[in-house]
Amino acid sequence: MSGRSNVPSSAILQPTVPQRMGRVALILLALLFLGGFLILPVVAVFAQALSQGWKLYFESIRQEDVLSALRLTALVASIAVPLNVVFGIAASWAITRFDFHGKSLLITLIDIPLSVSPVVAGMMYVEVFGLHGWLGPWLQEHNLHVIFAVPGIVLATVFVTFPFVARELIPFMQAQGSDEETAAVVLGANGWSVFWRVTLPNIKWALLYGTILAASRSIGEFGAVSVVSGHIRGQTTTLPLEVEMLYNEYSFTAAFAAASLLTLAAIVTLVIKKMIEVTSGVHPVPEEEEVES
Amino acid sequence: MTSLSRKITASLFLAIVTIVGASALSAQTHLLNVSYDPTREFYEEYNKLFAQHWKATTGEDVVINQSHGGSGKQASAVIDGLEADVVTLALAYDIDAIAQNGGLLDKDWQTKLPYNSTPYTSTIVLLVRKGNPQHIHDWDDLIRPGVKVITPNPKTSGGARWNYLAAWGYALHKSGNNEQGARDFMKKLFNNVPVLDSGARGATTTFVQRGVGDVLIAWENEALLALKEFGSDKFEIVIPSETILAEPPVAVVDKVAQRHGTEKVARAYLEYLYSPEAQDLEARYFYRPRLKQAAEKYASQFPKVNTFTVMEGCGGWQKAQAKHFSDGGTFDQIYGK
Repeated sequence: MSGRSNVPSSAILQPTVPQRMGRVALILLALLFLGGFLILPVVAVFAQALSQGWKLYFESIRQEDVLSALRLTALVASIAVPLNVVFGIAASWAITRFDFHGKSLLITLIDIPLSVSPVVAGMMYVEVFGLHGWLGPWLQEHNLHVIFAVPGIVLATVFVTFPFVARELIPFMQAQGSDEETAAVVLGANGWSVFWRVTLPNIKWALLYGTILAASRSIGEFGAVSVVSGHIRGQTTTLPLEVEMLYNEYSFTAAFAAASLLTLAAIVTLVIKKMIEVTSGVHPVPEEEEVES
Repeated sequence: MTSLSRKITASLFLAIVTIVGASALSAQTHLLNVSYDPTREFYEEYNKLFAQHWKATTGEDVVINQSHGGSGKQASAVIDGLEADVVTLALAYDIDAIAQNGGLLDKDWQTKLPYNSTPYTSTIVLLVRKGNPQHIHDWDDLIRPGVKVITPNPKTSGGARWNYLAAWGYALHKSGNNEQGARDFMKKLFNNVPVLDSGARGATTTFVQRGVGDVLIAWENEALLALKEFGSDKFEIVIPSETILAEPPVAVVDKVAQRHGTEKVARAYLEYLYSPEAQDLEARYFYRPRLKQAAEKYASQFPKVNTFTVMEGCGGWQKAQAKHFSDGGTFDQIYGK
């Protein structure tokens, strides 16, 4: 090393050749992994879907069963997501702006759907609304269909997506604090105008972010919906279930065509998410952020 | 702004009421046929045939909806309230379960239609890769070391139970009704199973699409369908020297049909499965028809097989279930040890 004593001190921090090779190898490994486990499968979905040409691709998508699955999926998302937004705002408002008994219990409850397996979520609803469940006999007497019908699918989807908006909003609203709201109250604003004029404008990006996550999950949910769906073609089959059915029928092109719709939805979600991050500066919050009381 | 949120609440409520009401109020006659996986293609065609027949004989329109899944899972769904007017499942045990746990149909349901309420049958065969590179000709070849056998999990799949009982029946006869001998045979057989799919269609896909295994134990109709879908230049069917007669039964779910007022059309739907036109269709979808006429027409497709029934092989489904597939039963004893 004595021969290199005239090298400027900053260069000492430069990686040596083996170190540099190690870095390149690690980067390559990561890229390879990303390519093999993420990009290649996504490309494969589209490749399979288009393997018989565009014409058959569009024919597959235009099948009555696929269209009805698409409609059902849209319907379920359009009910589950607004409910999620209302609940999410209410819960995070309550948790971050007020002190009350059982607050930490409420926070834990909000997280339950994240820790419960979707299959279990579906089975809980069968247990409650099924023919031999607690409410089953009463529902049957009144000819109301919940399980193995659209309401059951909506319920299951609402359950699994419930934490998404609240989980985004709570840390965000905590970081913001309630100074502006306090100021508004001091200046004489009532509850509603504080919410509409101060709180909502402040949280809109985080809210949108959470909404998109909830929407994407409600479109893609498989496990919980599979349990409560009854798999009636054209009636209680959502798009993810239809993909499985088509695959099981050896209609691989149609299955992948339907799957490509789901993949597209996911990609659109990612793009919107990224756009929100860029325009608003909202970043995904770490999952395990502590909630102070 | 309160009026806006009120509007939102109101329209949400309206949407839910519409959805709930829609299924109850529609004027057309609807039938729901809850079936198992491999019958999708057949019932799609049969439903059209029956709708025509019903329109021609009564002038009424009938729309038949289908639900497919693993046989046991479907039976549970019906017990939990999936409103099936008729069930067409893989084995009598699953319909027995609906009768016992749900009380939705009489316990003697199987006597209500001809041939033990099974309008079509199938059998269990071996599907191998073209040229039969592992020289598989009978059940004995499946227990040779190094042969990879694909069959689904008999705990979850109705089809797999037929596979299991076919092998069991053969092993029992071969060892001169020595149960220990049959047990040893089954243990060796399942030692050769690298992956247990949860359903019959899943196992077929594993073998056919993913290329895993040397031999697939399958229903004959599944094997013939695989040949048709993937080409007879890729696979061939081996008929074992002895196998089981697979009888997938059908039944009207009396309580549900009564509530829907669909008893008549539900019964007609199942009875028409025995008609010459339907029997012909069943044969085209690779189920062995009961009617002699259709059986003769498609004789080349269905080679003669030497079969035994569940009753002959193990004294009926209740006994087979208790002995082999219940927790701690023979299957649990031989598998994974």
